Amino acid sequence: MSDAAIDPRSLRAPPKRPIRLSWSDERVRAIVWQVLVVGVIGFILWWLWSNTVHNLEVRRIATGFGFLGREAGLPIAEHVIDYSPTDTYFRALLVGLLNTLKVAVIGIVLATILGTLIGVARLSKNWLLAKLAAVYVEVIRDLPLLLQLLFWYAILQGLPGPRQALHPAAGVFLSNRGLKLPWIEWQDAHSFALLACLLGAVITWLYRRAVLARQMQDGQPRRVWPVALGLMLVLPIGVWFAAGAPWAVDWPELRGFNFRGGLTVSPEYFALLLGLVMYTAGFIAEIVRAGILAVPQGQWEAAQALGLHPGQVLRQIVLPQALRVIVPPMTSQYLNITKNSSLAVAIGYQDIVSIANTTLNQTGQAIEGIAIIMLVYLSISLSISLFMNWYNARIALVER
Amino acid sequence: MSDITLNATAAAPEAAPRSPPISQVGLLAWLRANLFSGWLSTLVTLALAYLIIRWAAGFVEWGILNAVWSVPNNQTQACRDLKGIGACWAVVTEKHRFILFGTYPFEEHWRPALCILLFIGLYVVSAMRRFWRKELAFVWAGVLALIGVLMWGGVLGLPYVPQERWGGLVITLILATFGLAFAFPLAILVALGRRSKLPAIKAICVLYVELIRGVPLISLLFMASVMFPLFLPEGMNIDKLLRAQIAIILFAGAYLAEVVRGGLQALPKGQYEAADALGLSYWQKTGFIILPQALRLVIPPLVNTFIGFFKDTSLVLIIGIFDLLTAGKTAIIEPAWQGFGIEVYVTVGAIYFVFCFAMSKYSQGLEAELNRHRRR
Repeated sequence: MSDAAIDPRSLRAPPKRPIRLSWSDERVRAIVWQVLVVGVIGFILWWLWSNTVHNLEVRRIATGFGFLGREAGLPIAEHVIDYSPTDTYFRALLVGLLNTLKVAVIGIVLATILGTLIGVARLSKNWLLAKLAAVYVEVIRDLPLLLQLLFWYAILQGLPGPRQALHPAAGVFLSNRGLKLPWIEWQDAHSFALLACLLGAVITWLYRRAVLARQMQDGQPRRVWPVALGLMLVLPIGVWFAAGAPWAVDWPELRGFNFRGGLTVSPEYFALLLGLVMYTAGFIAEIVRAGILAVPQGQWEAAQALGLHPGQVLRQIVLPQALRVIVPPMTSQYLNITKNSSLAVAIGYQDIVSIANTTLNQTGQAIEGIAIIMLVYLSISLSISLFMNWYNARIALVER
Repeated sequence: MSDITLNATAAAPEAAPRSPPISQVGLLAWLRANLFSGWLSTLVTLALAYLIIRWAAGFVEWGILNAVWSVPNNQTQACRDLKGIGACWAVVTEKHRFILFGTYPFEEHWRPALCILLFIGLYVVSAMRRFWRKELAFVWAGVLALIGVLMWGGVLGLPYVPQERWGGLVITLILATFGLAFAFPLAILVALGRRSKLPAIKAICVLYVELIRGVPLISLLFMASVMFPLFLPEGMNIDKLLRAQIAIILFAGAYLAEVVRGGLQALPKGQYEAADALGLSYWQKTGFIILPQALRLVIPPLVNTFIGFFKDTSLVLIIGIFDLLTAGKTAIIEPAWQGFGIEVYVTVGAIYFVFCFAMSKYSQGLEAELNRHRRR
């Protein structure tokens, strides 16, 4: 387009006329309309801004983010990184952000798994299973998420105390103090093993790419799984043995009025995660179902006619086509989980919104508090969008 | 089927009498095909049937057989004794007026009740295709004005009721309906603006939509509750409900705009060009040619967005506005009724479900009907 001399379309373009100062000239109208709209919106914004500045002066509220360095003095029950009330507001907000991410990331993974299972169940040939999945989807989607969260929280709070805790399996206790699970005592050796596993995954991925490139040239299929097994399982175990093979399980046990040891899932976090996962799974199920139905029956039959075995049919033929339909709406569901995790404030899980809200109540820095919330969510939304767009472009149909 | 024909050709004529073919019709055949088609299917059916029966029996026992339906003057001991064994529906019997109408004066409860009926009537009329005409907009304006008069009072001999005392289901319906009534025109303008050739207008619309869709509704509600007072000149104050309403309108506007934009994009380009060829102005083209077709295309997703948005009005709980869910949550704050949250939430959930399920079924039916002409 930039090279106008070559582009044949430019030859057919109407010749440039000089702008006449008349309402009948389209360009004049365009400029007038835009100036008008921008002017009105600009005026409204300026008016709001000047009011705000005036009000802040009257109320003697200093603007700026200086308060972030002050001591927060707000206790946070759950924190991924070290935190004490004597830390700064900045660290408190960071803890809140990590709490948001903790629920969002785990929620996305679990909701995807549950939603896929329910979506596939809705297509089952078993009438009872299909109907049950349909009823689940319909009911869960027609109730407000906040109501569901309050409901789960009420149920968890109505559980018996630690002394009469439900005890479904060894080391698992469910009481009004939350869920208690056994957990291995984490040591350096475990971190090394995890690191080795991650490294193995990266190398496996590179190896798979190389193998596929070779296969494209000579048509010989090669096995990837022995390498994957070696790198992702044998190597980490080897590292763990080399580090002395430490192994100790931290069992939760009742001491006095509460449990000691083990991994604690607080009732707030549990209710939030449960509500988010069950709610979003209802939507994801519908997306998955639509995606699978979008692959024509002929594709299944053609793949079978080629002699592919069922796993290959699903992996090589059906999934790549279904994913094209599934990924864009799935992106908005992932964004929804992240945004909906902000409902944590209603049941007392301290996520970024809850902590920013407390901060703005304590310091009176309303504008900065809201700005922080919005900035955090905008950046999370943008990152998820970018990643999913990249993934979508990767799996998109390559047309000639 | 093919098996039977194969057997028939292979079998000798004088062979022993064969068993009759497996029935293809009837209840047994249906059961075999849909519930017991293989060992895995049979296993799943039996496991699910067991779970469903157990759960249903448990629910009936808790919710009906062992339930307490009413208690005399807040004496909840009978309920407390049955905690975990039977439901305490007495909390709903006792508090249903509060859950539905909030703190509205008791003698005037007929007014919000009438408003709820008016809202439902408005939805039903709007849902009927034969009323999809321009006059419907006037009906909406008329009914909404009437609801305003009924709620506030102060005229026609109705005592004045300040807005702080409104509450319950009617607030949920007000937030959702007024939200839709104002967000929809806004959404159309923004959607048109986003497809506009004028760069400044397009940029403003894109910025608005992406900004709103990138942040949770809660942050907008917080903004409305704590930041909005700073925006206005001194002395001027807008009440909390209206501020939340504005936040909801801005929020819904962005989401509806994307749905409308989908309709504008789905319309064949020829329609735009034909309108231009007729020499229509931009607004004539948009009003007479484009919008009537584009909006019709997106009615089902619009209804779905509206369902989402009806549910989202419950978020005003967080800034302390007395909608249905807040009223339910507040009803169990009183010490006598503490701990009966599940009963209240089930009831409130049932109310939300009735509204959303009706809309959802309507949307599905409409989609099937509107798509019928394409399947000829």
